[in-house]
Amino acid sequence: MEDKDLQLQEKKELQTKAESTRDVPVFVPAVDIYESESALTVVADMPGVSADSLDIDLDNDQLTIRGTAATQESEGTVLLQEYSVGDYYRQFTLSDAIDRSKIEATMKDGVLKVVLPKAEAAKPRKITVRT
Amino acid sequence: MAVIRYRNPFGFPNPFQELARVQREMDRLFSQIMGRGSGVTASGVFPALNVSEDADRITVTAELPGIGAEDIEISVVGKTLTLRGERKPDVAENASYHRRERMAGKFQKAMTLPYEVNAEGVEAECKNGVLKLVLPKAEHAKPRKISIKAD
Repeated sequence: MEDKDLQLQEKKELQTKAESTRDVPVFVPAVDIYESESALTVVADMPGVSADSLDIDLDNDQLTIRGTAATQESEGTVLLQEYSVGDYYRQFTLSDAIDRSKIEATMKDGVLKVVLPKAEAAKPRKITVRT
Repeated sequence: MAVIRYRNPFGFPNPFQELARVQREMDRLFSQIMGRGSGVTASGVFPALNVSEDADRITVTAELPGIGAEDIEISVVGKTLTLRGERKPDVAENASYHRRERMAGKFQKAMTLPYEVNAEGVEAECKNGVLKLVLPKAEHAKPRKISIKAD
């Protein structure tokens, strides 16, 4: 168990020339990506996004994650605002061949987890050296 | 532990506090124009909070992705609201990391509320990684309507 204090990370805003049609900020979610022998897993922090307002798209080798956070209707007068609510958008280029039919995505407590199983051809094969 | 202080909600604003507020507001504006930040992270302590109020209650929201309701501890003592908790590291076994941007660890944040609240009636809800606290104001802190008698 790590005994470290959580540091405040300011939400990174997406830098792009194309504007979004909705007048909300677009953020780049923090992600963890790890690879095992059989799959590539992407974990992204997207607080406020529900499973049905999420859009995951794999086009050729481009994985796009887009999420819309439910806007919190501010009740009354704002006293303090340390964060803003907006959409999330992030794109990755995947190098390995992915088995598209077996991609699985789950959403829990505002954390998205996408498991992209590798296609048979891309799985590492052990090569035995003959003597 | 960081304590955030509000400007005096009653009466005439203190000119120095007012200046500080303008400065903060300018910082916020500039950081938005420069596209650097999402807003003010006034206290610099996790988690970032949004606080609003209406006549009867104060609403506090925080983004706590990956932290379940069982990992958050909320307490209200007098005017101080304390949030405590931990984000457990989810370490993948037998895998190599390409990116690691999500942090894990403990957090503790305290803030001074502008009014006394009815600690019994505090409601907390955690949905999609967003914590929402509704703190009803104490009876004596609620605004009172004063009717003017006409002769």
